[in-house]
Amino acid sequence: MSLFIEAAPTPTRPLQGEALVRRLEDWNLLGRGGAGFPVARKWRSVRERAHGNAVVLANGAEGEPLSRKDRTLMVERPDLVIDGGLLAAQAVGARDIIFYLGAEHRNAIASMRSALARRPEAALRRARLVEAPPGYVSGEESAAVHFVNDGDARPTTTPSRPFERGVDGKPTLVQNVESLAMAASIARGDDGSTSLVTASGAVRRGGVYEMPFDASVAEVAGASGGTTRPVQAVLLGGYFGNWAPAHDVWPVSMAPSALRSRSLTLGCGVLHFLGADTCGVDATARVMTYLASQSARQCGPCVFGLGAIAAACDRLADRSAQADDLRRLARWSGEVAGRGACKHPDGASQLLRSALRVFADDLEAHQHRRCLVTPVAVASAWRAPVEAVA
Amino acid sequence: MGEEIEIDRIRCDGHGMCAELLPEMIRLDDWGYPLVKKGPVPVALAGHAHSAVDACPVLALRLVQRTRAGS
Repeated sequence: MSLFIEAAPTPTRPLQGEALVRRLEDWNLLGRGGAGFPVARKWRSVRERAHGNAVVLANGAEGEPLSRKDRTLMVERPDLVIDGGLLAAQAVGARDIIFYLGAEHRNAIASMRSALARRPEAALRRARLVEAPPGYVSGEESAAVHFVNDGDARPTTTPSRPFERGVDGKPTLVQNVESLAMAASIARGDDGSTSLVTASGAVRRGGVYEMPFDASVAEVAGASGGTTRPVQAVLLGGYFGNWAPAHDVWPVSMAPSALRSRSLTLGCGVLHFLGADTCGVDATARVMTYLASQSARQCGPCVFGLGAIAAACDRLADRSAQADDLRRLARWSGEVAGRGACKHPDGASQLLRSALRVFADDLEAHQHRRCLVTPVAVASAWRAPVEAVA
Repeated sequence: MGEEIEIDRIRCDGHGMCAELLPEMIRLDDWGYPLVKKGPVPVALAGHAHSAVDACPVLALRLVQRTRAGS
């Protein structure tokens, strides 16, 4: 895919149907919405249930606070997203295509609307654009289906996943817009081996970059104009991702297999560079507070568990910890996962567990109402090797 | 193979009856919501498991037959 340059029109017809599904399988294209589920397998499971009566829900509701890549893609290459939606609809046997976009992302909505209006394809006559309410969980797949059906963007209880019964009770393919654009790219023979990342934090030019899929963390920092100060940790994959120590993760490739072997994930493509002058306990407390506030408030372990976790993180950050806060955090981090209708508590506890590992020393200090981020510590912090600045 | 306990997390209000009736498999977290031991219910506890299902005031508990490994 090339995000910012319209590729030359290819003379040959794009791959379609089973041939395309097989190509996506050969590519091992993984979903780019966060969960990283194999795209070909998802298309197959919808197709085999659909009998020509499926729905495609192109998911562009980008609720992740640190991510910009979906809205940027829809502004820059709306036709590629639409192509992907059409190819997916054809491959899984869908007559309806829904473009589900965050209501607050006006530029993406305007871009997709005018691109859709220009398209002549008959298959788009029934296409709709649905504006998702703001919120972290609005983009969760069962929440997206729930909103389209009933106007309620809260996750629903499994079973009956969307691929079984989704929009209007029909098998529904919920697929992130970048995954669809990638599929369209691959279908027309482009070199699809890139991923969109959003870089932020201690880099000169934070923003959305299209990187080779196996680029290293260092290369993302380089593409972002280099680091502005020593970096102590990188938040990889967004608020449902993991903190990783900067010196460990710097040379690591973002290829899914390389990350998996380190129990990391690229999630929705977020890389946030935490400066050595910024407290990791503080940064974690802010993430956990946000995630607790974004609970759909349907499931007890999520409402109360994330609430208690956020409050304990806050006290630790604030250097007003209660005697057991750190120990309780460790226990809760293993107790809330898997106990919600959706994966919200799972994502939050993964992030928390990574913080307990990466910021272990600083958390211990905070338990005793101190902080390890001091001018002396910053001066002697690990420094990234000079990056090749793109 | 065997029956496993499944909880509808949206329905569950933390009444705690299940942990009373089946403490071998279910304990409560700090907020009164059930933590369920993984894996099938041992045959010896099947009767208690069914009582727990029946006792749940919001019908959030059920026993499901696991057929596929690891699912």
